[in-house]
Amino acid sequence: MKLEKLSASAVQNKLKSNGLILKIGPFSFRIISPIPAIAEGVIALYANNAVLEDSHFVDYTVTIARGAGWRRWSRRQAIFKFDGMEPFIPLPEDHAFPLLEWSMNWCIAMHGHHYLLLHSAVIEKEGCAVVMPAPPGSGKSTLCAGLVHRGWRLLSDELALISLTDTSITPLGRPISLKNQSIDVIRNFAPGGVFSKVVHNTSKGSVSLLKVPAAHIDRIQETAHPRWVVFPKYVPGASAQMTPRSKANSMLELGRNSFNYMVLGLKGFEVLSKVIDASDCYDFQYSQLDDAVTAFDELVTRRHDWVPTC
Amino acid sequence: MGTNLLTNVWAHPGGRPQLSVHEWESVLGQARQSSLLARLAYHYADKGFLAEVLDGPRAHLEGALRLADRQQHEVRWEVDCIRRALRNVDTPIVLLKGAAYLMANLSTARGRLFSDIDILVSYEKIDSTESALFNAGWICGERDAYNERYYRQWMHEIPPLRHVHRDSYIDLHHTITPPTSRFKVDGQKLLRNIQPLPGYPGLYVLAPVDMVLHSAVHLFQEGEFAHGLRDLLDLQDLLKNFSGQTDFWSDLLDRADELGLQIPLFHALYHLRRLFDFGLPAPLLGRVDRMGPNPFSRTLMAWMLGLALQPNHPSCDSRWTGLARWLLYVRSHALRMPIRLLVPHLVRKSWMQRFPQKP
Repeated sequence: MKLEKLSASAVQNKLKSNGLILKIGPFSFRIISPIPAIAEGVIALYANNAVLEDSHFVDYTVTIARGAGWRRWSRRQAIFKFDGMEPFIPLPEDHAFPLLEWSMNWCIAMHGHHYLLLHSAVIEKEGCAVVMPAPPGSGKSTLCAGLVHRGWRLLSDELALISLTDTSITPLGRPISLKNQSIDVIRNFAPGGVFSKVVHNTSKGSVSLLKVPAAHIDRIQETAHPRWVVFPKYVPGASAQMTPRSKANSMLELGRNSFNYMVLGLKGFEVLSKVIDASDCYDFQYSQLDDAVTAFDELVTRRHDWVPTC
Repeated sequence: MGTNLLTNVWAHPGGRPQLSVHEWESVLGQARQSSLLARLAYHYADKGFLAEVLDGPRAHLEGALRLADRQQHEVRWEVDCIRRALRNVDTPIVLLKGAAYLMANLSTARGRLFSDIDILVSYEKIDSTESALFNAGWICGERDAYNERYYRQWMHEIPPLRHVHRDSYIDLHHTITPPTSRFKVDGQKLLRNIQPLPGYPGLYVLAPVDMVLHSAVHLFQEGEFAHGLRDLLDLQDLLKNFSGQTDFWSDLLDRADELGLQIPLFHALYHLRRLFDFGLPAPLLGRVDRMGPNPFSRTLMAWMLGLALQPNHPSCDSRWTGLARWLLYVRSHALRMPIRLLVPHLVRKSWMQRFPQKP
């Protein structure tokens, strides 16, 4: 059953009591929280995700609790708890929803060793995926959000889940995390987009999360194969430009952007080299999203000229 | 009291992994919290039961196997780096705990996770060992002058050494318990019986009986009980590994008398029997019983350890768990230091926690 079928009070009750079990990509999360901002954010952004019955196995139980004692009344806090531990320092209560998103990322990054996990956005067209690793501030999420509203399907904004057996990429389909000026850029670029309430003064500045289009969640089971690795960079005033990049260097950089490349050892190396073998690698700089869309669509057109399928 | 499913796994080692989805969620959480997830995975993998595990939990177990395998590969490599770094320090280098089990190819290492590598040298060689490790890139990360002095003056180890590039940690010991402790052990006595590691000139491990006693004393004097259950399983495994050796049991009890470690050994054997039905040779039962403390301490410790050896996971917490862990924490400190040293130390620690100094 999809979350949108539940009333707001039903969702709130689940969150406050035994937890709301959401299917998120290949994982299941039980979310427990008494904080209204969590219910609000979950209802707005996960409306199209499946809610699982209590009889399902849950991968990660994530609790966003309130601070105890006087913290209940003054300078209230949101605290992430996992297995009874508190992996992060508490944040102000109005940061609760971004904290939930970071907590879920943490759960996957720390424990999901049945995938090769890259810190990277992934989008797809015609079964072929673009892997976009980039450091924070390079405009990766903005670009990803833009392309997702111009015909590309979102697999993930933060975490590429790469299969250890056939290098296919499994969609995670989580909201896209936009920061600072990017929030207004995407509001203008994708007027139909659904955003969570903007939270100011986080460690990343102002943060708002953008809902994944319903049609993309409906296709959450469809994996894709890596075909391009693109390192994006926002450069003010620059025209959109794809510059080929060496495969060896791209592989090193992808390895550096992985959460568990070292954990997987030889297997990680083999999987990553297969990803690189199958992919054309580029550096991409841009300043205008419309130009970026053209440049990415050209990747697909050019592929039609060269190879029949990826 | 909650349901401790994790201990059950080793209490009935032949049992198949037939758990409900909710039981799996609990047991995986309990195992993560006890650093036993990979050990749990190997327990089932070695018996060929992994395929019977439901898909969801199996992915977690397989992930843990990968992590453990990789860590062991890295620890072997780090041990070799340590050996080369200390080539010119003319002294035996003794590996302790996990690294020792791994390098000595003991089954105890199977699925064991590592956070650091523990080594022991004689007290006089601490300075030269530290500076040789420094030359190879391991630096003392302790920035606080008080903590630094606390370690160097009162403890059996110096502050952890961190490798500047690889972030690997070494704990450098000169004995296995603090010199101020009620269970203080003369490091020289341990060094006299060390055993060379075949294939690694210069590297040694403790004698089997000393390895067991170290594991027992570690279980009860560390302040935090997060790894209590893991340490107890280590201990059981070591005993199973060594008990076939001639006179092992009588040597173990003699050595406990010699080093003054009768009480930690008594408690450890008591809980091994209670939790895993681990039996001692019958002729020794009376002698082990005489090693224990007075009846009051026995009952109190049995109760506290019974709670503290539960996995530190919400699914196992009862109303008394927090109190038991706190009492054991206090006890571990009381054993480490006489009161005249301990009270000022704890006062200062809690002050520092509340009002951390800005760097």
